[in-house]
Amino acid sequence: MRKATKVVQIENLVKMANAIGTFYASFSDREAGIAGVATHISRSWDPRMRRELIAYVENGGSDLLPIVAAATRKLSPSPK
Amino acid sequence: MQSISDVDLGTPKRSSVETVSLTVDGIPVTVAAGSSVMHAAMTSGISVPKLCATDSLEAFGSCRLCVVEIDGRRGYPASCTTPAESGMMVRTQTAKLRDLRRNVMELYISDHPLDCLTCSANGNCELQEQAGAVGLREVRYGFDGANHLDLVKDESNPYFTFEPSKCISCSRCIRACDEVQGTLALTMEGRGFASKVSPGMMEPFMQSECVSCGACVQACPTATLTESSVIVLGQPKRSVITTCAYCGVGCSFKAELNGDQVVRLVPNKDGHANHGHSCVKGRFAFGYATHPDRITKPMIRKKHTDAWREVSWDDAIGYAASEFRRIQAEHGRGSVGAISSSRCTNEEVFVVQKLVRTAFGNNNIDTCARVCHSPTGFGLKTTLGESAGTQSFDSVMKSDVIFVIGANPTDGHPVFASQMKRRLRQGAKLIVADPRAIDLVRTPHIAAQHHLKLRPGTNVALLDGIAHVIVTEGLTNDAFARARCEPGAYDEWKAFVAQPKYMPEAVEAITGVPAQSIREAARLYATGGNGAIYYGLGVTEHSQGSTAVMAIANLAMATGNFGREGVGVNPLRGQNNVQGSCDMGSFPHELSGYRHVSDAGVRALFKDAWGVEIDSEPGLRIPNMFEAAIDGSFKGLYVQGEDIAQSDPNTQHVEKALTSMECIVVQDLFLNETAKYAHVFLPGSSFLEKDGTFTNAERRIQRVRKVMAPVPGKEDWQVTLALAEALGYPMKYAHPSEIMDEIARLTPTFRGVSYAKLDELGSIQWPCNDASPEGTPTMHEDTFVRGKGNFVVTEYVATEEKVTQRFPLLLTTGRILSQYNVGAQTRRTANAAWHETDVLEIHPHDAEDRGIKDGDKVEIASRAGTTSLPAKISERIQPGVVYTTFHYPQSGANVVTTDNSDWATNCPEYKVTAVQVSPVLTPSQWQRRFGAFTARQEELLQQAEAVGLQARTPAGAQGD
Repeated sequence: MRKATKVVQIENLVKMANAIGTFYASFSDREAGIAGVATHISRSWDPRMRRELIAYVENGGSDLLPIVAAATRKLSPSPK
Repeated sequence: MQSISDVDLGTPKRSSVETVSLTVDGIPVTVAAGSSVMHAAMTSGISVPKLCATDSLEAFGSCRLCVVEIDGRRGYPASCTTPAESGMMVRTQTAKLRDLRRNVMELYISDHPLDCLTCSANGNCELQEQAGAVGLREVRYGFDGANHLDLVKDESNPYFTFEPSKCISCSRCIRACDEVQGTLALTMEGRGFASKVSPGMMEPFMQSECVSCGACVQACPTATLTESSVIVLGQPKRSVITTCAYCGVGCSFKAELNGDQVVRLVPNKDGHANHGHSCVKGRFAFGYATHPDRITKPMIRKKHTDAWREVSWDDAIGYAASEFRRIQAEHGRGSVGAISSSRCTNEEVFVVQKLVRTAFGNNNIDTCARVCHSPTGFGLKTTLGESAGTQSFDSVMKSDVIFVIGANPTDGHPVFASQMKRRLRQGAKLIVADPRAIDLVRTPHIAAQHHLKLRPGTNVALLDGIAHVIVTEGLTNDAFARARCEPGAYDEWKAFVAQPKYMPEAVEAITGVPAQSIREAARLYATGGNGAIYYGLGVTEHSQGSTAVMAIANLAMATGNFGREGVGVNPLRGQNNVQGSCDMGSFPHELSGYRHVSDAGVRALFKDAWGVEIDSEPGLRIPNMFEAAIDGSFKGLYVQGEDIAQSDPNTQHVEKALTSMECIVVQDLFLNETAKYAHVFLPGSSFLEKDGTFTNAERRIQRVRKVMAPVPGKEDWQVTLALAEALGYPMKYAHPSEIMDEIARLTPTFRGVSYAKLDELGSIQWPCNDASPEGTPTMHEDTFVRGKGNFVVTEYVATEEKVTQRFPLLLTTGRILSQYNVGAQTRRTANAAWHETDVLEIHPHDAEDRGIKDGDKVEIASRAGTTSLPAKISERIQPGVVYTTFHYPQSGANVVTTDNSDWATNCPEYKVTAVQVSPVLTPSQWQRRFGAFTARQEELLQQAEAVGLQARTPAGAQGD
């Protein structure tokens, strides 16, 4: 029987995602910035962490920077 | 004394391409212009007697033994100080020269002990050799005159002895400390007969400025300065070239042995990184390999509170494998992972990440670069296209402006610092950006033009301020930036840094660095000629670590400082093989050669070779592993040569993670802090006990050669292979060279690397492929690896770690020369003599405010935890900042550091922690708990050893 596959506490995921978002928010091209956040998270976060973040946004979590919320909506849930 | 296998050519080799041709004793010889007559003679096989000359030092001309006759010249010039010229006819052996030389030796021997037979230099003494060579038969002065024979021995240094009675005042030691090391701790006190070599102010060596690098010992032609190990063990008989296992300079050494006992390590004159020099650690501190603390038998236990049980290799490996399989069955494939060592060889870390990707079936592999230079990997890959420094160390000799930021090379990369100091003494200018006045700021013959003493956490503001000056004053190299970099990004970046918020005055308010200093430093870097930037963990271990790295690359691109010697961006990688560990794909998101796991083409390559599907998703980084462990989804960890319980931040958080796991397998030399929480202990092997390669900070791959059998019976790579096999994924390699061959097949930047080529070339700097078959010293010569350089906007974002009323000071951390990182190796050598405890450096104003005197015990508290240390009052740091090191586990420096980390890589922000410091009488609660826990774990270890010893000892017989 598999236990819950949560890996990192959501508060820390939000903190990490916002730190990433703060960097990419300085891009003058906002679309490029959103894509930058999405790419960064999908290339460096374990899929379970990404799923947590997606679920957070879907459940109405509101502590994310706008750029991060927008990027999260672009993240595709991992097949796993 | 030099290595037993070296030929001393007398004076330094010259690198001029012009040559001169002369005749010595009838033999024609051609040498580089600028070479001495002595050098010309020696290279053609003619041995000119000499005592004060040695090829690591400039000629001195004092002993007068090397005199020669030159046609057309009067007198008997010293061949060491006479430049060879074309057409010269030199004679090194004539009746008159023989007389002169015998007279010189007579004088030396009239004031020298005649105890050759019992002297430690017997058989390897230049004085002995020259007395023989010149045919000395009598000393007409007799031995009853005034002499120096009753001078007292100085045994203050644990590694070498100074016997002034045997000194011939050749000054080689003094010159070595000056020219090679740059510390100038030695001088000649007195003149004529009263001449005496003086450490410091006629003090014992240990009390002087001596840093124990051993250059003087190496240079000394007699027994006057001798390694203590040679005195005790005798002269070594054989010599094996290998590479140091301490820092990222990667000094090449000759391990000199009797049988399989290492007598001493002598720096290799032909070492491409160190050119015959070393520091106290590499040269002398190898005793940890034979320390009694070494664990030599595999051990297992069910719970970390149980006693250890010594078992066979098969049993230990079998138990570890069965546990990992059980955990994966219960908790999922992603519930186990590994941390590979940045101190093990390339081959060893390669097979660990291979084990994780094949036997574990996931990408949960990470390495210590996570906590040090991972921002370098990200930052330089993003801007330049490659996760590595751009130059060789030798490149510094062509620099005109050297900018050191967030690094302390005289402590952390001492041999490279000595080379940098040589260049600075030739006239290169120095800019240092550091919250502390590191030694390099003002040291003999060197003073930084600018010391930018910034507040911790403000690097990016400073770098943007410097960029602002360069851009707004028109000091950019537009031609370079437009030709070699993405033009759109360049224009955007210029507009960004030109904003008023990055004016020096505004930056002064943030950083504390005077605006005028920022202006002058910027102008110097941009216009002073070849500008080279050297940086370290003071840049990377911040919440904006990656941003700062990119800001550094931006500066270098904007001023055209790439693509040739003397310039570049130079991350000073810390560990002996952290570069290698990264190169080998010890990352949850990258395979070897920094190729992302999502790249289907790359995965196909590995699938072909390994027969297994590679997971296409990134795995867990070390901080994620800890969180997942506490959360209950990460239960098994294989740790090779890394001590996360001491070196990672927020120790209490790490301890909680470790106690949450079900199977921790530690492979190491000693029972380190992490092993105290482990369930399986696999004894590791030191660098003396295996073949392999290390890659230093210059991307230089060098051989590590086995000189003795592995003490536990297996080399580290063999242990990993055994574990992989037990997990159902056998890996067949008969020798580490086969692992390197596989690395070369699978990794484009290593395509041309092989042990045969390493033996032929001595070392290879990657990329080594068809385009650069002999390796690549200087990168990005014509194009950047990513094609065009990428300017990245680097907005300053203040760290979340702010001083408050409760925590009004900022703690920053660093290293010292004599101890190495967590101290696992150096604490088990005589280096403890230099640094018996970590201390907290505090500015006099802050100390006075708190009633703290020098030496008082103080408590350091942060929001993460509390510890205590002795205080040291120091004006090297600024008010508001305190500083410590982390070489002793009981210091608990990381109990105080927090989870803040770099936004891109999670590299911990060790360099900025808000703390309060106050006098205290007792150790902190954590320290008391730690003391009790450590004592208990040591008992549990002794129980295992006692039981094991009993099991191995036949009844009635003596023990081991």
